[in-house]
Amino acid sequence: MADLSTDFLGIRSPNPFWLASAPPTDKIINVMRALDAGWGGVVWKTLGSQVKNVSSRYSSVNYGSKRMMGFNNIELISDRPLHLNLREITEVVKRYPDRAMIVSLMADNDRASWHTLIRQCEDAGAMGFELNFGCPHGMTERGMGAAVGQDPEIAKMVVEWVMEKATIPVITKLTPNVHSVVPTARASVEGGSNALSLINTIQSVTGVDLDTLVPNPYVAGKSVYGGYCGPAVKPIALKMLTTVAQDPLTSTVPISGIGGISTWRDAVEFMLLGATTVQICTAAMTHGFRIIEDLCEGMSNWMDEKGFVHTRDFVGKSVPNITHWEDLDINYHHIAHINQDKCIHCGLCYIACEDTSHQSIRLDRGNPYNTYTIIEEECVGCNLCQLVCPVADCITMVEQRVSPEYVNWKEWQRRGLPLNDH
Amino acid sequence: MAILNNRLSPSAYAEHFQDIHPPFETLDAALVEANRCLFCYDAPCTKLCPTSIDVPKFIKQIATGNVRGSAHTILSANIMGAGCSKVCPVEKLCEGACVFNLMHEPPINIARLQRYSTEKAMAARWPLFTRKPPTGKRVAVVGAGPAGLSCAHALSREGIDVTLYEREPKGGGLMTYGIAAYKVTPEFCEEEVQYILSLGGVTIQYEQTLGANLTLETLQAQYDAVYLAFGVGQARQLNIPGEALEGVVDALSFIYQLRAEGFSAVPVGDKVAVIGMGMTAIDAATQARRLGASEVTLVYRRTQDEMPCTQHELDIAKLDGCQVIWLAAPSEVLGLDGKVQQLVCERMELGEPDASGRRSPKPTGETFAMHVDMVIKAAGQEPFGALVSNLSLAHKQGRVQVADKTRTNLPGVFAGGDCVNGGREVVDAVQAGKDGAASILIYLAGSHS
Repeated sequence: MADLSTDFLGIRSPNPFWLASAPPTDKIINVMRALDAGWGGVVWKTLGSQVKNVSSRYSSVNYGSKRMMGFNNIELISDRPLHLNLREITEVVKRYPDRAMIVSLMADNDRASWHTLIRQCEDAGAMGFELNFGCPHGMTERGMGAAVGQDPEIAKMVVEWVMEKATIPVITKLTPNVHSVVPTARASVEGGSNALSLINTIQSVTGVDLDTLVPNPYVAGKSVYGGYCGPAVKPIALKMLTTVAQDPLTSTVPISGIGGISTWRDAVEFMLLGATTVQICTAAMTHGFRIIEDLCEGMSNWMDEKGFVHTRDFVGKSVPNITHWEDLDINYHHIAHINQDKCIHCGLCYIACEDTSHQSIRLDRGNPYNTYTIIEEECVGCNLCQLVCPVADCITMVEQRVSPEYVNWKEWQRRGLPLNDH
Repeated sequence: MAILNNRLSPSAYAEHFQDIHPPFETLDAALVEANRCLFCYDAPCTKLCPTSIDVPKFIKQIATGNVRGSAHTILSANIMGAGCSKVCPVEKLCEGACVFNLMHEPPINIARLQRYSTEKAMAARWPLFTRKPPTGKRVAVVGAGPAGLSCAHALSREGIDVTLYEREPKGGGLMTYGIAAYKVTPEFCEEEVQYILSLGGVTIQYEQTLGANLTLETLQAQYDAVYLAFGVGQARQLNIPGEALEGVVDALSFIYQLRAEGFSAVPVGDKVAVIGMGMTAIDAATQARRLGASEVTLVYRRTQDEMPCTQHELDIAKLDGCQVIWLAAPSEVLGLDGKVQQLVCERMELGEPDASGRRSPKPTGETFAMHVDMVIKAAGQEPFGALVSNLSLAHKQGRVQVADKTRTNLPGVFAGGDCVNGGREVVDAVQAGKDGAASILIYLAGSHS
């Protein structure tokens, strides 16, 4: 039986699944329900400057029958009185001493405000801090949130203020609303941050109501850019995570991965690309806290299958497998193969290849079922047919190396080998 | 035992004849199904639709919220797409071809999705088609069934003025008069005809019977072209002793009465034998049960492997409690005081394949008798042979012979639908009407120049 427990800078949790700083961690009733359900810990919704929220706050992107494929919000940090939040944090820590209690912070932009807030939260029993340098809406206009995270200099300065006072681990949460997260990540580590977490939400417009012509979410005939999250952002988050996990400086600190994690598979992927723990919000907001059961069981079963005893045994294992394009092996080649016994003759591979790729699938008309076969000499091995095929393992990509030797782009150029072969 | 009408309460009739394939009640329900569709390329479902409805396209249009576009996609291929969504034997057409069958998954519920879009179109009377400017050409169409309506609509869209001559007081043909009420109601059929005619350019004259109060010569003289779509009408006779006894009826008349006069008006026996195993036989048997018959037995001279109805239809009959006797051919109806008492059948066995490729039944000499008070004949329909001969139309056993699927031997006279093919599905007739219209347009263009 795999051991899912994690140790993040001394903050222990029975599993790597924390609830991200968001509405589900806004108050004690939600948090206790989550911890009773089995979540490893929480990042309490951001405390700091006093705010006022609007109605409505959320909107989503549906895809086919799937709702909440992408999700955005225009909610600000906690709009509850600070003393109430602190009292509840104390209560939770007392009742659930084995769970991680991280508190997200976004103080007003001065040293004294940060120091006061840090003292108050430490007194309340927080085990760690997460600095919210990423909120993309509402707070940025006041010089907070993403306004800090988008400027490495400012981020470093604020981290330094925090480190002057904090006696517990500090995680800096990064905004994805930058061309690269690495500069702010480096600045934060240079400023003393003990860890990083990413990504925060991405600025977005989820859609426009075609009747009212007002974008979503709707507030009295207007809308604003909201922070985008949910399954749709996972690939972006994984990429940003990898850049931090590969950087010589930022890879020296632990990372908490965030961004569209819905299943144990997603969580494993984040951990393989360098996350020690993962944070989840949208999946819980879509289905409730009960998803924790399969998150744990699925990861545990996978670890057993793969022979991993502790989560640390696989954290970061895939990081070296993302390389630079110029280091890819040009002599590697694979081509599609269609298993005729599995083919259901839907023609999706054919029309995708014929219209938009390399005309590598042969069509023999039948009534009503056509036969589709790969024209091997035309196939560039792009995967498109396999990706659109609705039947598992019907189309497989079969390795057919051009030659056994590893030759990358740099070497290819050096040798003057032929280009433009398709 | 007796043949009685009004056997049930109004609520029992309503319950027995409620819609067998209920529609999607909400867009959400339709979307769940629409989103299952894989959107196949060169889709098998479309290929097996006689009218070639672009099924993946119309389903995708439901999924994108373009229900009006979806209805247009359906109705531009099949102007009776609303009715066909209720009566087509989809299990051997579009849904039977759905690739999900090959994954051993339930096929996409194409008919139900088609019904969703087309009922929306009908209810809102969406004007999905417009007429081209008038050409000054006039065409007469004989028969306002699926073939005639389809032809008339297609011609009118091209700016041709059409007059439809219909024998019955309502349009729709066998759709209106010959199909089980739990599949499609007479009221629905009337609305569908009205919706088709709302295009304009088509005048319909009811109770006009070719060969009686209407002559082909007149039509030929008054119109630039004539399209014959008068269908088939006569039930095939059994030609056995006792066929004239009271209580022997033909299925078409039985169903006609049910649809024209209402459920309670139709007399039905207590113990009913239905001869045949086609769609009409099933419709007659199930409706006899639903009208209150206590025992209904389908009698068929071949086996399940050769039956013309689909398995789905047979299942409906069985679920209704109908019995089936395979390999039995009626040989005599016995009566008392002129009324049916027994049906005598001869046991059959299968011999060599016949012209249709099905193994033909051979008598064994062994007979048995069934106690019944009503015999419904549903052994197929015969063409209007005498009419066709009198009109000097080339024909084959009463079925009008055509070249290129549409042209008769008489100049300017075209034909299609059941009167040509001997009786097939509604959807086949709709396609025949489209083909007829296309040929007529070519003919009119040629005669104009």
